[in-house]
Amino acid sequence: MSDVMQWIDQQVKSHDVVLFMKGTPDAPMCGFSGQVVQILDYLGVPYAGVNVLSSDDLRNGIKAYSDWPTIPQLYVKGEFIGGCDIVREMFQKGELQELLKENNIVAEQQSA
Amino acid sequence: MAMDAKQIERLIKDALPDAKIEIRDLAGDGDHYAATVVSRAFKGKTRVQQHQLVYQALRGAMGNQLHALALQTSAPDD
Repeated sequence: MSDVMQWIDQQVKSHDVVLFMKGTPDAPMCGFSGQVVQILDYLGVPYAGVNVLSSDDLRNGIKAYSDWPTIPQLYVKGEFIGGCDIVREMFQKGELQELLKENNIVAEQQSA
Repeated sequence: MAMDAKQIERLIKDALPDAKIEIRDLAGDGDHYAATVVSRAFKGKTRVQQHQLVYQALRGAMGNQLHALALQTSAPDD
């Protein structure tokens, strides 16, 4: 496995929720990435954001790693969940909330 | 390097002959589409697998010539 693949694998396995996206959670650089950020922020779950625009190796590597042609890509507990359309559809149907609950990923307490 | 809706439809049909396909050009620029695809091939598959089948049908166009295709897939109800 190449270095970048190993690095991706490590991110996927060391974070409960990790989003490979264009830009950062604070400043998404693409509308699709921004939509997933909005959903995750709304749910209040902790997640790691990985900016694929930071390197071409990473941008191409994640597509090969997931065998998925587009960004964003969401992983929960090492499992590939899908891109923006899938995440949005799952959120609207309550399936994403269910999935997170099953994996014991809980919303962070809002600070007062 | 845009793709027209007919091209997209043909590629999906080639791979999933029974598919009912609806394609909308979202921005009128030949680059942002929404597609609804209903096919028996999706039965028993997860959403990721269903989308994967459509991406495979598009033979690498997704993420390249085709920048944005909002995808909704399902199996027929029967």
